[in-house]
Amino acid sequence: MTTISQALAPGQLTSGRLPRATIPVFLVAASLLGFALAVLFAGGNLALAALLAYLLYLIAIEVAARIVEGSRQAADRRASNLIVGAFALALIPLGSVTWSAISKGMARFDVDYFTMSMRNVVGPGGGALHAITGTLFVTGAAAAISVPIGLLAAIYLAEYGAGKRLAKAITFFVDVMTGVPSIVAGLFAYALMTLIIGPNNGFGLSGSVALSVLMIPVVVRSSEELLRLVPNELREASYALGVPKWLTITRVVLPTAVSGIISGVILAIARVIGETAPLLVAAGFTASMNNNLFANPMMTLPVYVYDSYQHPGVDVQVYLDRAWAGALTLILIVMLLNLIGRLIARRFAPKTGH
Amino acid sequence: MTNPSAGLIGGASAGKADPKRVGDKVFGALAGASGIMILVILAAVATFLLVQGAPALFADPAKLISQGYGEFASWVLPYAFGTVWAATLALAMAVPVAIGIALFISHYAPRRLAQPLGYVIDLLAAVPSVVFGLWGAELLAPAVKGLYSWLNANLGFIPLFSGQVSGTGRTILTAAVVLAVMVLPIITSLSREVFLQAPRLHEEAALALGATRWEMIRMAVLPFARPGIIAAVMLGLGRALGETMAVTMVLSGGRSISFEVLTSQNPNTIAATIALNFPEAFGLKTNQLIAAGLVLFLITLVVNMIARWIVSRRAEYSGAN
Amino acid sequence: MSKRIEITDLNVYYGSFRAVEDVTMTIAPKSVTAFIGPSGCGKSTFLRTLNRMHEVIPGARVEGEVLLDGENLYGPGVDPVRVRRQVGMVFQRPNPFPTMSIKENVLAGINLNNRRMPSSAKDELAEHALRGANLWEEVKNRMNLPGSGLSGGQQQRLCIARAIAMEPEVLLMDEPCSALDPISTLAIEDLMNELKEKYTIVIVTHNMQQAARVSDVTAFFNIAGTGAPGRLIESGPTDKIFSAPDVKATEDYISGRFG
Repeated sequence: MTTISQALAPGQLTSGRLPRATIPVFLVAASLLGFALAVLFAGGNLALAALLAYLLYLIAIEVAARIVEGSRQAADRRASNLIVGAFALALIPLGSVTWSAISKGMARFDVDYFTMSMRNVVGPGGGALHAITGTLFVTGAAAAISVPIGLLAAIYLAEYGAGKRLAKAITFFVDVMTGVPSIVAGLFAYALMTLIIGPNNGFGLSGSVALSVLMIPVVVRSSEELLRLVPNELREASYALGVPKWLTITRVVLPTAVSGIISGVILAIARVIGETAPLLVAAGFTASMNNNLFANPMMTLPVYVYDSYQHPGVDVQVYLDRAWAGALTLILIVMLLNLIGRLIARRFAPKTGH
Repeated sequence: MTNPSAGLIGGASAGKADPKRVGDKVFGALAGASGIMILVILAAVATFLLVQGAPALFADPAKLISQGYGEFASWVLPYAFGTVWAATLALAMAVPVAIGIALFISHYAPRRLAQPLGYVIDLLAAVPSVVFGLWGAELLAPAVKGLYSWLNANLGFIPLFSGQVSGTGRTILTAAVVLAVMVLPIITSLSREVFLQAPRLHEEAALALGATRWEMIRMAVLPFARPGIIAAVMLGLGRALGETMAVTMVLSGGRSISFEVLTSQNPNTIAATIALNFPEAFGLKTNQLIAAGLVLFLITLVVNMIARWIVSRRAEYSGAN
Repeated sequence: MSKRIEITDLNVYYGSFRAVEDVTMTIAPKSVTAFIGPSGCGKSTFLRTLNRMHEVIPGARVEGEVLLDGENLYGPGVDPVRVRRQVGMVFQRPNPFPTMSIKENVLAGINLNNRRMPSSAKDELAEHALRGANLWEEVKNRMNLPGSGLSGGQQQRLCIARAIAMEPEVLLMDEPCSALDPISTLAIEDLMNELKEKYTIVIVTHNMQQAARVSDVTAFFNIAGTGAPGRLIESGPTDKIFSAPDVKATEDYISGRFG
């Protein structure tokens, strides 16, 4: 704290401060200089220019602030600039992924793509209908398995488990389950199905089982959290009216938390719908439509993207275009699910009265 | 008119259990059974991986060489190394940036912008891994080729950047960058939450002592958030270790154990090896890949356990309350 | 409609901690009984044993007897759910169900218990209960709006209406006015005076003027120190407790010398 008392001499409330115009002026100067350097030495590489400009700006502000404002303010400015820089840095991949998916995905974002499978398609044409329906089937079945188990387990943890050993064990292992690598979930489903029906090349339900392993902990976590947010006063009010516990849970607690739970489930679906590795192992590949969850490999959209990229035919570009169109479709589905989930969470959030 | 038959004892007339109380029992049992189901599933994951992986673990090495991928330990070792190495590189890049972003959202951005900015970062988490793989292989790898040559030429004296630079850009460093982008939102959103929970009183006390914003963060926010950050980093590590597609699609991996990050001699990861070989594998090869999955499962398990242990240990000393 | 409560040698424990020790008292029907005493003296805990609400907290248990017109609440085979249908409760903070309308809130006890009733009877019951809680005139035109939209005092009266719609024998009130402003408090106190014509009312309060205003009988609880169990020091007609208590501690508390 000695630095603070030194910096503020008694009776002196103003200290040296950089004029407001410093920041824009430095910013423009650094950008120009950075760009000039990039042109001179690296053929005008934009990324390099931005990096140089940022570094120059950091140094300039550091020096100016040290001279005018002292080292503490300089450290504060340095931290601010680095933190803002970190945020800007994160936007680069987000922007780049989005932009490339849109620009490259549009090439095959056509009617054929959504109405045809890849059966008997060699070269251009074909579509991803089989993969899109497959994704809906597999994810739908996964949700049908995960939501009841996950929600009931969350109810157990939040409403019945207080202080019980079993509840502690479940909480711990739900945490462990959150960390199961997705491909391991796929291997599990494959191994399970191999024991039940013998060696297979994957089928829809097997993929659903794999996704459930990934989805259940997410559903448990989010539902439990929301159930705990329901004020105890409501439970007590219900008990005091002579309502049994299970009716209190199903008719008072769940309705109060329902929008949050639904939104949590949708976000969980959004998380697993883009999973590739487990489906690669458990659901397999096919070029044809397959609407039977219980037999024969079922194509899914993420696997379709991977397969198109990894195993292209003679005309590589055709396959790449299909892969990007698939990537765009996937992003759109996931974004849509996220949007719906957040809207539900916000629109229907019950007011607790305070 | 609405009064129940006055008795306090359960059971309408016959003295048997009230149907509603049966509902209580059934519902409670159902909830408990679902909880137990989770334990069963996890036990099943471990058991089935063991059962299906065991033939590879206990097979005669000679048999593994002729029918599998070779003797198990020496086969899986480079991949285990690659898994840990790629994840470490990814975290080294992701952690400082993630903490920066989290601080930006929690303490720097204007209050009205904070939530939308949080969503923007969450969007990054929503992008499917296969899309990141495609992006990394098709856009990122060609884009960084020039940078890699420059690093190799000018900073080649650092062992990390030495060796024969790759011509495709599809090195372990590129894969690590993609992994870093993927774990960034996980670490960010968790750290952001802890930063927001930092006690306001401590923050205001620091400001009242005349601290600058950065000093306030160092005095009041970071010490409070440390266990949370460590947990977030560990969770990110767990994700990076298990992430499959980004590595499968970006890295042209082999089996060399090397710390050089710019060459075309890269160790592959366990997850990517499984994904690449599983569709064509049969018999003992399948068993061997499943056994590799078991190794990966164990590695992530240990990392997650350590994370939990750190959190529970630090929680006692944290300045909260 | 109104029953006598006789409590003999009641002890309440949270795990191994004894919160309330050896309470013996009788609560008369058609009267208001007030529990007063310093914070942590166990009066709320004790109140919650009168409709077995303390069991909601894990680890809580009771020894002793609570007789409701001679029937022991803690006898073998007694179903706490049935006890609570006869002994209603109003809480410290108003807690209407946020997902339900005003009408649904009043009828919550009927609806949540899946009790069948023609809808005209339901309307009648809702009006009857709301009139009983002095709320009917204020809400009769917005019965289908959420209960959480009412003011704090209205919400608390809604909770009282919800409790009396079950037509209980006894109404327990746990500091029902502590979250309310003076005007709403007055409305609730007036209501209590009317309700005691039909119900046995037990109220916990921190406000001694309130106890003096509304109650016929006052019971004073106290603790010897932190960690010691709460005990019933004395109980008697309110006039007597506030003018000439038998025990010195009661007089000290009432005259504001501690607590």
